[in-house]
Amino acid sequence: MSTSPRHAGLGRVLVAVYGILAIAALGRSIFQIIDRFDEAPIAFTLSAVSAIVYLLATLSLAFGWTRTAWATISFELVGVLVIGTISVVAPGVLGLDEINPFGREATVWSVFGAGYLFIPLVLPVLGILWLRSQRIATAEA
Amino acid sequence: MILWFTILQMVVAIAAGLLCIVLGLIGRKPADITLGSLVLVELLLIAQLVLAIVQPFVGNPPTGSPLEYWLYLVGAIIIPPLGVIWASVERNRWSTVVLGVAALAVAVMLWRMQQIWTVQLA
Repeated sequence: MSTSPRHAGLGRVLVAVYGILAIAALGRSIFQIIDRFDEAPIAFTLSAVSAIVYLLATLSLAFGWTRTAWATISFELVGVLVIGTISVVAPGVLGLDEINPFGREATVWSVFGAGYLFIPLVLPVLGILWLRSQRIATAEA
Repeated sequence: MILWFTILQMVVAIAAGLLCIVLGLIGRKPADITLGSLVLVELLLIAQLVLAIVQPFVGNPPTGSPLEYWLYLVGAIIIPPLGVIWASVERNRWSTVVLGVAALAVAVMLWRMQQIWTVQLA
């Protein structure tokens, strides 16, 4: 990564965690679409979209595609907050029968990512903080 | 999945994870011990893959969805190599931490795989 040395090392760990989350989200999404798509088509389609965006976020952080990184990470943060809220207060809107983040219809954003140790909630916040630190550092340079 | 072997793998993965994270945080670059610990985790996963193919034929099929199980297993198997590659691009303390994160992720996935194989219903 050709950005400021400050915090640059932490950025590598961020990429690693994003990559693992992308693999997890892709796997879960593939499984749900093949195995039980008709049980919650809206939720599972959203899940597939989020998995692809997680992959894009990983790549853009790794290769320094700053604008794409901002766009994908912001999308993820909005997604986990909005879908997380809906999954708790009005799961029927997503076609879900229950609130369980560990259930048959759980996705990475169910109950704010509870099924994934809330990593989907915390990670985009860390990502945005890191991107900001890089932007400030580049402006100072 | 065979319980004692799953536990063995998890102990190795968690130990590798903690070792790499601690060594990384105190400033060590990836070295034989840290990279080697990931290699060990990967070798055990390959053995697990062989077991997963053989076990159903000797009376130990998964109770949960085979598709879900195999997606987890394939996901777990690709994580250590990807972690090593990412850690090798720039060899510094954070690369070592990356190796640790990869190992801990494998430990979590092993636990889920054990659940899917023995407890969860398809």
